Order: sequence, then C-alpha cells, then structure tokens
Amino acid sequence: MQIFHRSTNTLSRASIYGAVFIIAGLGWAMMQVQRSPYVTYAGVVKPQPVPFSHQHHVTGLGIDCRYCHTSVETSSFAGIPPTQTCMTCHSQIWTNAPMLEPVRASYRTGESLQWTRVNQLPDFVYFNHSIHINKGVGCNTCHGPVDQMPLMYQYASLQMEWCLECHRAPEKNLRPRSEVFNMRYEQPTENQPVVVGGQSYTDQESLGKALVAQYKVRNVQDITSCNTCHR
Amino acid sequence: MDEAKKTTKREDPSASSGQVVCPSKQLDLARVKAQIEQTQGPEYWRSLEELAGTPEFQEMLHREFPKGASEWVDSVSRRGFLQLMGASLAMAGMTGCTKLPLEPIVPYVKQPEDVVPGRPMFYATAATLSGYASPVLVESHLGRPTKIEGNAKHPASLGGTDIFAQASILGMYDPDRSQTITHLGDVNSWSEFVKEIKGPLAVQKGLGGAGIRILTPTISSPALADQLRALLKIYPQAGWHVYEPVNRDNVLEGAKLAFGQPVETQYRLEHAEVVVSLDADFLYAGFPGNARYIRDFAQRRNPDAAMSRFYAIESTPTSTGAKADHRLPLRAWQVETFARMLMSFDPPGTSAPFLTSITPDQMKFGVAMGKDLANHRGASVVIPGDHQSPALHAFAHAMNAALGNVGRTVVYTDPVDANPVNQTESLRDLVADMRAGKVDLLVIMGGNPVYDAPADLGFGDALKSSSISLRIHHGLYQNETSEYCHWHVNEAHCLEAWSDARAYDGTVSIVQPLIAPLYAGKSAHELVSALSGISDAAGYDIVRGYCQKQHPGPDFDAFWRKSLHDGWVEGTTFVPKSVSAKNAVVPAPASAGDKTLEINFRRDPSIYDGQFANNGWLQELPKPMTKLTWDNAVLVGPMLAEREGLKTEDMVTLELGGRKITAPVWIQAGHPDDSVTVHLGYGRTRAGRAGTGAGFNVYPLRTTSALWFATGGKLTKTGETYKLASTQGYQTMDTPDGAARPLLREASLDEYRKEPKFAQEEQPPKELTLYPGYDYAKQDYAWGMAIDMNSCVGCNNCMVACQSENNVAVVGKEQVVRGRHMHWLRVDAYYQGDRDNPKAYFQPVPCMQCENAPCELVCPVGATVHSSEGLNDMVYNRCVGTRYCSNNCPYKVRRFNFLLFQDWDTPQYKMMRNPDVSVRSRGVMEKCTYCVQRINQRRIDAEREDRKINDSQHEGELQTACQQSCPAGAIIFGNINDPNSRVSKLKAQDRNYGLLADLNTRPRTTYLAEIRNPNPELETLAERS
Repeated sequence: MQIFHRSTNTLSRASIYGAVFIIAGLGWAMMQVQRSPYVTYAGVVKPQPVPFSHQHHVTGLGIDCRYCHTSVETSSFAGIPPTQTCMTCHSQIWTNAPMLEPVRASYRTGESLQWTRVNQLPDFVYFNHSIHINKGVGCNTCHGPVDQMPLMYQYASLQMEWCLECHRAPEKNLRPRSEVFNMRYEQPTENQPVVVGGQSYTDQESLGKALVAQYKVRNVQDITSCNTCHR
Repeated sequence: MDEAKKTTKREDPSASSGQVVCPSKQLDLARVKAQIEQTQGPEYWRSLEELAGTPEFQEMLHREFPKGASEWVDSVSRRGFLQLMGASLAMAGMTGCTKLPLEPIVPYVKQPEDVVPGRPMFYATAATLSGYASPVLVESHLGRPTKIEGNAKHPASLGGTDIFAQASILGMYDPDRSQTITHLGDVNSWSEFVKEIKGPLAVQKGLGGAGIRILTPTISSPALADQLRALLKIYPQAGWHVYEPVNRDNVLEGAKLAFGQPVETQYRLEHAEVVVSLDADFLYAGFPGNARYIRDFAQRRNPDAAMSRFYAIESTPTSTGAKADHRLPLRAWQVETFARMLMSFDPPGTSAPFLTSITPDQMKFGVAMGKDLANHRGASVVIPGDHQSPALHAFAHAMNAALGNVGRTVVYTDPVDANPVNQTESLRDLVADMRAGKVDLLVIMGGNPVYDAPADLGFGDALKSSSISLRIHHGLYQNETSEYCHWHVNEAHCLEAWSDARAYDGTVSIVQPLIAPLYAGKSAHELVSALSGISDAAGYDIVRGYCQKQHPGPDFDAFWRKSLHDGWVEGTTFVPKSVSAKNAVVPAPASAGDKTLEINFRRDPSIYDGQFANNGWLQELPKPMTKLTWDNAVLVGPMLAEREGLKTEDMVTLELGGRKITAPVWIQAGHPDDSVTVHLGYGRTRAGRAGTGAGFNVYPLRTTSALWFATGGKLTKTGETYKLASTQGYQTMDTPDGAARPLLREASLDEYRKEPKFAQEEQPPKELTLYPGYDYAKQDYAWGMAIDMNSCVGCNNCMVACQSENNVAVVGKEQVVRGRHMHWLRVDAYYQGDRDNPKAYFQPVPCMQCENAPCELVCPVGATVHSSEGLNDMVYNRCVGTRYCSNNCPYKVRRFNFLLFQDWDTPQYKMMRNPDVSVRSRGVMEKCTYCVQRINQRRIDAEREDRKINDSQHEGELQTACQQSCPAGAIIFGNINDPNSRVSKLKAQDRNYGLLADLNTRPRTTYLAEIRNPNPELETLAERS
C-alpha cells in the first residue's frame, strides 16, 4: 500500500537538493549584507553638527588637507581640527551664519564640538596615517574624492579584505610623495607620464615597483603579518 | 586534545561542587626530608609539594589547568547548559556581523601646542613611598596618564622603578578612592570645611595652638616641611607628630647611637666586592634606594668581570636573600648576636656568654665571612636591615668604619626625612596628650593609625573616646581612621597634585600632576595652607614659590622648566658628610638562648603596610618567595611545622603578650626554626572592593616594645583550614614522567670558568622538524629577548609593568585558586637543596616566541600565527577559545579569559587603559606579544626617518615594558639579526640557553645561566647536603 503519492519522491528530492541552494543563497545574502553600505557605511553620510563641506574648503578655497588634519604626517591619527582652527577664518567671515552657530558656541563656551566619526575602524584595528603618507599612499586612495564631497562620507568599505588588497600589492596604489596630498593626481598613462627622480613612468606597475623600492616598503609578508594592524 | 575531552566530562564530583584541588593539602614533611636525603626528587623544585612528589602535585603536572579551572562549576543544570550551548553555537557565526555603532569624535576647542593626538607625552615626576621619592616618567595619552616608566636619566634610579610606583597608576584610577569631603559621614564641601575650622583655629590662636596636633606620615617634601614649620610658627604650642607603621626608627636610633646625630646611609654597591646583608631586604621595593641598589648590585654580578660575593643573614626568606652566594637563616634577635660575634671575632666558646646561642656552623660562616670582609677593605659593605635593632645598626656603622668602607662603599648624608624623629615615641606622646585631654584639634594627614598603630597604644580607643572636639582626616580613602573623624578631606593622588619629594640620595623631584584631580581632592600642601589661614592657595603656587625661594634670580623660570623636564632639581643631591663615631654605649645583648617562639612582623612584599590593600595589581602579584596572592599567612619553617604537626593552610592562633590573632600557615622552605613571620597590611575592614576582608590583620599583635620581632610567642593549631591562593604550583613546565628537564641552569664561578658552556646543550638540527621553514635572516629585524638570571633579583617589577602596559586583567582570589590568573609574564622561583636553607633562583617567563611554535599548528582558526619578524602573533578577534594552543604550549605562558575578567563598565578603568593595546573579552586567549605595540610604533618612527631601529645607536629606543621597568637590567630585548645589538651580544655569551630547547621549539627568549660566587672556605658547609 502506498501512503504517499509518487510525486512526493520528486518533491523530497527537489527540496533536499534545493535546501543546499537555499542555505548557500542565505549565506550569499548574508555576505552581501555584510559588505553592503548598510554595515560598512561606505558612501553613507552620517549626521554632523555642522554640514561641513570639504568640496567648498578644498576645491573652492584651496585649503591643504594638513591645514586641519595637522598630525597626519607624524601620528597614527590625522587629527580633527580644534574649534580654534575653524575660527581663524570664521571669526572674520560668515560671522553671523546660523549654520556656524555650533562652532561659535563651542568657541564661546569652551565645549568641544561633537562630530560623528566618518572613517571608523573597529577597536582591535590599529591604523597609522603617518606611515601610509610616508610610503606614498595618497589621501584620496583611501578617502576618495574628498575634494568633491559637499558632505563627508566614507569612501571605501574599510573592511579587512579591502585593506589587504593593497597590502598584498602595494605597487598598485603608490604615488610619489610629492603627490600624496594632490587630490587630482592620476596614475601615469602613456599620455600623462609621471616623473620621479628624472625617470619617466608611463604605467602604474613600473612606477609602483620603483616606488616600493625607493620608499623601502616592507615586503608583502611583513605588511600582511597580523601584528601590522592587530595587537 | 586531551584537555578538550576533559572539559566535556562533567561528572567529576569535586568539580561540580566547586572544589579545587591544590597540591598543598596533604604535604608530608617527613617525606620531603627523606626525599632530599635520598636525592630522588628533582634537583630544583618550586614548592615543597613538588619536592615531596605528592600525588596532588603529579596531578597538577598532568593537567593543563588545575582541576576546576577549565570546568564551568556554576549551578547551571546540564540541560540548561546544553540549551545555552546550542543557542551560542547558532549565534556564534553572527558575532562577526556586528555593525559598528556611530562614534563621536571630539576635538579640542583650543589644542595645546605640544599635543599631537595619537602620540603619548611623557612627564617626569615622582611617586613617593614612606617619604622616599621614586623618580618616574608618566606616559600620558591626551591628558590621561596610562603607564609609569622609570626615569633613565635620574641618578637615584637610572631607569628602574619599583612595584609600588608602577602600580600607582591603578591607585589613582581606583574607583573606591574617597571622592568627596565628608562631615560626620555626609557629603560636604571644601568651602564649608574651611568655614568650619575657622572658629576652632581662632580659639587656638589665643592659646598659641596648644590644642592643635598634626599627625603626618614620613615627609621628605621640602615645601611641605617648610609649610608645616611656618604653621608651627603661627601656633608655637602646636605639635607635629609623625607616624608610619613601616618606619625607620631603628635606623635613626642606630645612627644616633653611632654618631650622635641622625644621618642617612647610602651604599655604593658598584664599588662593593663583598656585600653583607644583616637582615636587610635591600633588593626589594620599600628599601630606600632599592632601584639604584639593584642596578649597581646586578652590575657587579657579571661573572665575566670582577664578580662580587654576597652574604645574606636573614630572619625570613626574602628575594634579596635568594640572590646570596651564602645565606644564613637566623632568628631576628640572633642577628645582633651574630654581629657581636663578627665584631669581636672571639674564637668559639672562649668568652661572652651570648655566643652560646651561635652554633658551630654559624660560627664557621661568620669566621669565613669575616675573613672575606677583612680581605676586601674599602671594597666591602655591611647593610643592616631597617627593622633590626639600633644596636645592630651601630655595629654595622662600626664595621663599615673598621673596614675602611666609609667614603667608598658607604656614604653618610643628611637625613631625607624632613622631621627625623622617633615615630613610635612621637605617636606615644600624641596618644598620651589625647588621653590627657590636651588635644582639641587633631589633623591626621594621610596614614591610617586606627588600623596600623601599635596595639598597646590603643590609638583607636583614644581617638574614639577622647574629648578632641575637631578631628580631621585627610587621605586617599575613607578608611578605618576616617570613620572616627568628624571631617574627612579627600586627598589628591600624587599623579593629580603638585608637590616635591626627595629620593634616597636627597635629590628633590618636583611632583607634577598628570591630570586634574578626578574628585577635586586637595593635596597636603593645600590643606596645610588652609590650616594656616589661606584657603584658596593652589598647590602649584606653593611648590613653585618654595622652589623660587631656594633659587631666586632672574633665570628662575628656565630653572623651573628644566627641573620639571628632567624630573629633578639640580643641586639638591645631598653631599656626603663626614661624621665622627662617638663612643657608642651599645645596650647589653638580648638574653642568650631564648628558645621561645619568635614572631617577625614585616612589611608585605605586595601591599606594604596596608596602604596598597585596594590595589588589585599588587594584591594579585605573587609574592616573591611564597607566590601567595590576595592573602598573608604565618610563614613557618619546615622544622617547626614538623614538630607542631602543621600543614600549609592550617589555621593557627598566634599569641604574644596576651594578644591573639588567627591566621593560616604557609610552610616556607628556608625559614629559620623557632620563628614565624607575619606580614602587615592585610585584614583591612575598610579598604575597598579589593582590600576589604583580604587576609588577616596582624597589627593587633604588634606593640611598641616589639615593632618588628618579639620572642615569647605561642602558636596553637585551631584545627580549621583556610584556602590560600598561591601560584607556585601552577604553570609547571616539567614533564609528568618525572624526568625533570633542567629548566634552570646554574653553576659556581669556578665551575663556570672551567666549563663556560655548561648551560648549553646540543641543539636538535634545524631541519629536524615538520614545520615549514622560514628564513628570518633575510629580514631587517628578528626580535629576541635575553634574560640574565644572574641579574634578576625577583623584584616583580616586570610583572606589574607588563600588567599596566598590556591591559592585563585582575581576576580575584577565587580565580587565582583555580589557576586562572592572567599575568603574561610570571617570575618562577626555584629552590635547590636543603629545605631548611635552600638556594633560591628566579626565572622570569614571558612568551618564548618560538620559531617552531607548537601553539600555532593546533589553532583551528588561525588566531595565533607567526609574523615575518619571528613574533608569535595572537589575533584576539579571530580567537574562538578552544584553548588548544595553551594545551600545546610547553612553557605554559598562554592565558585564557575564562570569564569576563576585564571591567568594561567602570569609567575610571576605561581612562586608565593603554589605548594601543586591545582590551580582551571573555573566551579569548592572550599572551605576551613582546610589546608589539611598541615595536610597531618605533618601527614606524624609524621608517619615517628612513633609518633602522638600532638600539646600539639609539640607546633605549625600543624597550619592552618589562625591560624598561627592570631595575637590574636583566631583561634585554632587541633585534637578533643585528650582531651589534645588545641582545645579540648577550645571546652570543657562553651562558646562553633556551628553555626546553630539546623540543626544537627554537625559543626567541633565551636565558643566561645563573652563576654564584661561593666562598671556597664555605663550600663544604652543607650547601648541598
């Protein structure tokens, strides 16, 4: 006697077979969520007390990165400007702009502005700005076209796989030290070669390799050792 | 893998009832003795249990952790446990998917010019202990002090620190510190306090201050002493009393006896070829100048140069005595007799009845030592212990004079103490005045006399019942004394306030604050200023003003800045003064042959007199010889224990002059017979979360007639037992099959000269391994460490420094008993030979950073892997807590967070932590990293300057925390690929050997074998009987 219809066999086979795909699909979906801006905040503008425009200050006014991020060449932390830095100009211009009231209030009361951190790493990751600057990693390599951001957002995912992409092949991203703060720098091409030390380079690979040697970038094993970032 | 199986076995009845098997319970002392006689036990042993080979010890060897450490013994049912496990498993994969919360970033409003966010600043200041300054540099991250380092440029320390200075950072952030001014227990304010004292002070003004008494601890601060003297000018009839339980009255009286005036004795151990300690613990924190003495002593222990010889006569085993070439255990009162014998050099049995208490062996020791001293005139030194009788101090002065040491190895200067009075007498006078109703206004500045005053004075009762109408307590904590005072003024910690203090050599350090007082505390300067009528004086103005008075002139500003920068005021070091010995009338010797039980009172190696009772780092710091944590005990020698039928952890009643205390016993190898030692500072009733209730208060036995030792004690077993937390039996590296590997290697100087490479053994060939090879020689750096056991004096500094630098958690007594303590670096103590007078050795054990690391291959998630520079990296965020690595570590240096040991909530601790090191959570393995955060920082700095880290060129550029704090310079870390680095040179020495190197783990941490320099005349004297 047959309790189940014959089609049950097919159904059960299909569902067992399908379960593999469903689980795999779930895994894939979770991975996508994990890499999505929802988790990484890449491209997401976070709420700030003052809608500070890097585009206006960098492109419009031509202020160098280091005017505000003073310790980027010497410290792990690039530095967030104290209110005083804002007030060097804004005590003279836009002195009544309502948008800038939090800045003036901070200066008046001595209470710090509370920004929201844009480029945020987990606490077990120890990143050092100064050494990246020193080895010829440009600001916009990681931070993206900040000079074109009216409101600041995180450009890259800042996930470990993203870090390792470069640590496994640093030559792909290095540029001459003189160009580190140049937000409009472009990698060398046939038409636009980059000249370093009298030598002209027409492609990134040869330039990168030359810079790795010149700047004594440590070998890949060294900079992919866990303790480079975790300790 | 065995361990993994064991953890799942939960049917063990002792485990589920929460009991822990510690190897110390069933120790058979007779068996110990037999074992030594038959020499079947290991040559070097860590505990008497190991020597006796008790089954419990054997079990400890077989187990990775003591029983109970790896089991969950809380009352969760098996079903509940499985449910939790199931849920945890399901959630485990999700933990990686956390979304970072939004984080504020808060810049300065006006950024100070020198501050570079992300880079620490270092400020020179000083920590004080009983008045003596310990010069330090304090690391500060954006205004938060996080770590104490030694001040390498300061002549009084040359870069070493002591454990109390190291741990003072935790003391400052202690959440149990008193946080407000109180009046009759209610919160009050400074302004109210100032108003309140105005009336009584005005009344006193009319009386010339006849009713005012000020009780201070030992003060070396010139500015504070100046203020107090000025106050006494306003109130000429007022009294300034000084008392500390660990005082130097005997030193003072000894100096008066010898020279008729108080002097400070300094030793120049770098010139000493023969060092004799008469019960002096001069190589441990608490002895003035210990950091410098350790440095100088260690320098003279180099077997390849002229090595000094050290004789220690001591009444209780100390880490100092452990370094001796010859050690003689004597009861404390006999030390004076022994010194008399040395002075007279009477042949045995001829004269002086007191000599009858000296045994022929002791006589022989004395004669040989005396000869050795006489042969090194002008290059020897006799150091008396602070607690020994004034007569002994007078003898030591006389001996040093007779040996021509004065001016060479011994130097006399003015006293560091600004008010050198006999503190016991000073307190006695105060109590008499209090009882007589002469005191109307009592100010107790610092200290805790209700708890620690000699019992016969009845200070607490006098304070409680007396007619003193205004009692003010000024201190860091609300303690036993503040309970009996009307007002309690919360004190600013020395890292929060301006002050100054003298180091042992007289050098004045300006104490500068690293942070504004966390709880608006007031410094002693500010309090004294308020008493003299100026309530709003700032500590800064007072200290600076005093300094300016000493150095007037137009360049004062520069002078002041330089003093602050360097950490000391130039020109303040005491100049040696010549003192003439007066014909000392030394009191007659104590009765000869007193066979009654002697009770010794000693400052605690970890918490001193009790003032550090609430410091978790210090409480959990294993004491050098016993490795006890969180408790004190009655230290009893094996002979006495055998006679009385005592076992470790038996409770006993100690009786002295009708006073009684009850405490547990610890059998300590090498303790003199007919004598017990108890340590002060425990049994606090009002200390805080760590200190309250820990240990046993022994102050009730201590009287003015016997501050340090007394005979006539009585010891009776109560029949009860008490669990002690000693780390001594834990983390043993020996193999369970009994074939103990020589972990510790030592030889006499002669043996070493004959066979310099005695410590080295045949290394397994490099290719004899299944591990994939890696060529470290091609790297710029290969990190390694060499630990010179000849220099190491077991002072525990490295352990506290490591704990502070690496955010290592405190776990508490119960967890220590389970073997779950977290110290990344431990100092193993080994004993050898006679249980009644063993030789002792110290071996600091950090992670060996094996090139062929056994831990790495067993990690299923790659959480511990090798770096290209040879570091055995631990990646916390990958660790899932299988503990396979720890199981497979032959050195037992890995520590597991069985529970959430880190305090994640207390805001003070958040400020204290080193921001450069991850704070580990529950379920994560951790271990020594060679301070990889420091390596990375220095490497980045060097790379930015386009150079290499080079410690032969840049002295001290890269130092691990343990290395930096080590006063002996015993720990050297550096690049072993650079043949000129200090570490390479040490590793090239003949004495260099690796621990368990036969396993072919290729440890990067290696040891320099210990060399002793025994006197050939005493060699035959039963050292290895």
